[in-house]
Amino acid sequence: MLLKLIPDNTHIPFMKIRSFAYVVSLLLILASAALFFSRGLNLGIDFIGGSTIEILTPEPANIGNIRALLEKLDLGDVSVQEFGEPRDVLIRFQEQPGGEEAQKEAQIRVENALQTNIEGVSIRSTSFIGPKVSSELARDGILAVSLSVAAVLVYIWFRFEWQFGLGAVIALVHDVLLTVGFFSITQLDFNLSIIAAILTIVGYSLNDTVVVYDRVRENMRKYRKMPLPELIDRSINDTLSRTVMTSLTTLIALFALYFFGGPVIQGFTAAMIWGIVIGTYSSIFIASPVLILLHLRSTAFIGDEKDQDSDQDGDGNLTKVPAP
Amino acid sequence: MLDFPPWKIAFVLLISFIGMLAALPNLLSDEQVAALPGFLPSSKLTLGLDLQGGSHMLLEVDSDAVVAEQMVNLEAQIRDALRAQRILASIEPQGRSIHVRVRDETQRADALSVIRDQAVPVGDGQGFGGVLSRNIEVETEDNGLITATLTEAAIRSRISGAVEQSLEIVRRRVDEMGTREPTIQRQGADRILVQVPGLQDSQQLRSLLETTAKLTFHMVNAQGDPNRPPPGFMSLPSQDTGEILVLERRARLTGENLVDASVGFDESSRPVVNFRFDSTGGRRFADITRENVNRRFAIVLDDVIISAPNIQEPILGGAGRIFGNFTVEGANNLAILLRAGALPAPLTIMEERTVGPDLGKDSIEAGEIAGLLGLSFVVLFIFVTYGWFGLAANVALMVNIALILGALSTLGATLTLPGIAGIVLTIGMAVDANVLVFERIKEEAIAGRGPMRAVEAGYQQALSTILDANITTFIAAFLLFQFGSGPVRGFAVTLGIGIITSVFTALLLTRLFLVIWLRRRRPQRLPI
Repeated sequence: MLLKLIPDNTHIPFMKIRSFAYVVSLLLILASAALFFSRGLNLGIDFIGGSTIEILTPEPANIGNIRALLEKLDLGDVSVQEFGEPRDVLIRFQEQPGGEEAQKEAQIRVENALQTNIEGVSIRSTSFIGPKVSSELARDGILAVSLSVAAVLVYIWFRFEWQFGLGAVIALVHDVLLTVGFFSITQLDFNLSIIAAILTIVGYSLNDTVVVYDRVRENMRKYRKMPLPELIDRSINDTLSRTVMTSLTTLIALFALYFFGGPVIQGFTAAMIWGIVIGTYSSIFIASPVLILLHLRSTAFIGDEKDQDSDQDGDGNLTKVPAP
Repeated sequence: MLDFPPWKIAFVLLISFIGMLAALPNLLSDEQVAALPGFLPSSKLTLGLDLQGGSHMLLEVDSDAVVAEQMVNLEAQIRDALRAQRILASIEPQGRSIHVRVRDETQRADALSVIRDQAVPVGDGQGFGGVLSRNIEVETEDNGLITATLTEAAIRSRISGAVEQSLEIVRRRVDEMGTREPTIQRQGADRILVQVPGLQDSQQLRSLLETTAKLTFHMVNAQGDPNRPPPGFMSLPSQDTGEILVLERRARLTGENLVDASVGFDESSRPVVNFRFDSTGGRRFADITRENVNRRFAIVLDDVIISAPNIQEPILGGAGRIFGNFTVEGANNLAILLRAGALPAPLTIMEERTVGPDLGKDSIEAGEIAGLLGLSFVVLFIFVTYGWFGLAANVALMVNIALILGALSTLGATLTLPGIAGIVLTIGMAVDANVLVFERIKEEAIAGRGPMRAVEAGYQQALSTILDANITTFIAAFLLFQFGSGPVRGFAVTLGIGIITSVFTALLLTRLFLVIWLRRRRPQRLPI
């Protein structure tokens, strides 16, 4: 007997609650924007410059003492926090006025202060990002995310009707915005690897959306008279067990990484987990109903006369059909 | 879609087999790998600095300093050329131009041609085939002013030359540190990337890279007032005694005449740096010391006096030593710097990431544990959901991981911590293609098709979905590779390779298993 998470023939009326989903998503996006502008992101040194030093102390570290010790050095904003376990401490301080030279000099002062005042401390890693490099990394990050959204729009447009391309991109922008909101509310360190996470979320969410869209397109040929909401519901239900299976296996792998992969990639994994959940939600509740909003009509694929019949004998002709 | 001719079976199995062979060295110790016969692949995964520990530094050549030096040289060149023709003129630098005003109007035409003669063709610093341009642009105005302006091409070519030269000197310095397999490469127009694996102390590397190491020898003027040095003299601080001395501006000798430097010890066992001049330098050194017995001679490194000993007697052998209140480490660093030569312009560290070897080890361990746990859970989950079909998918998943590791080892790609995350993520996502196919087969079976037809239709119908879904993810991975840096690039590489291998295993390998099983058993119902 095999495990069945999703029964074979589900008929869940997803489109009935689409207005509700729109409202929820709109509220979440507004909340993300509000958080982004009020609270902002906890930008890492990759993007604003500065230094981090990770140390390992022989005893559980006294965060307060370390903070007091470093505040005496007069470096402006210094953050000291536990990193993964009580003996592991991550110290971060902002960019020092005076450019690269001043920053490095400050870093050496911090290293020396730690080594003379905490017995047996070992420095596990240090990073220093100068102002020039950090602004380049920020620019490249924004460029990479925007270009990937644009490239995907072009690809889907080329493979499907324009409504699909636009729908997929609306879902992607939705996912990216909510991920930014997630980082604003959790104040997790927003660094270079988070850009990697966002791009992977873009890829994953799209993967999900494309699977549903492919089925919508196929069903449009099969059931020409079916009203769009019903047709979309049917497509989502057809692909539902695949959607759930893939999301679950990916989440299993990610949770293993989150709990056992060490603190360095925890932020990255957290972003991915959030992104998988959001991406799955958005392909069902945003990408699909948006097709209705964009007035995709079942007639979009008319012109391929033999489709209905040829599908019956298993010839799933899913290549693009020129629009009339 | 179900016909698998023998050549196709052979192809699929061969690729899988090669992938596994290429991944094999990673499971063996170094000795075992060395003992493998020569025809087997032996390259292991290259670990990124975040996994094996080490320092990554991005340096920028100070191009302003390069241009400033170029201006000083141009000014001197024009001055000398005019003087040689006995033309009196006021000469002053303005931005990137030299402004020349001739005193005697009748000499203006002569001056103009003398200055024009200074122009030489330069490459534009962008390789061959470009149109050659001149290093200066000479113009004259009605009011008698002659301007010689450095061209963009001249500046570009000079900066490019300075970066190449710095690259060579940085390479020599890092090699002298005795580290294993450092990477030193040019990045962009004016940057140098240095990666030194397994480094314990980044401070030594930092100080070796940031020192220009311009060594000069000057005579000391004992009578001069340090607060108001006479023309042609300058005052510099001394590192060992802290006093400020007045020196001749002109260097009597420079580091360019050095051929060797090494650490030694003086009579009271304090570290010193011994050096030797080439023949020209040795001769000049002998002359200087002969003419200046009982005067002080300053050894200056990057505008700081290291020491200013009194010349006791003429030194004729062309060798000398620097006493400078050194630690052994300091003396050693100075010897390295002197042997490697001076940088043409100062280098600034723009970015530095150093990871200790312990943290790297912990990260690998954590990554392995997470990977194995994630893999076990996914495999179990797939098996209980799809039964024997799931088993086929699971075997394909194992082959998939071997293919990823094999491809990474063969390509010499670097495995970083985000890269490990990429592999674990691929484990989760790789089953997607199989799931798509299985769900499709299930649907077809429910719709009443026989096993053969259901499997065939399942693959056919899922094909374009699988391709669309993976191409879009691949686009994201590609852009990440283009715009990412360091560890993030490692993630993009594993993600990209993972997409290719999972499409291969899902579309060909799993299908091969199913086809063989269907042919042998000819089942009446699908166990799915």
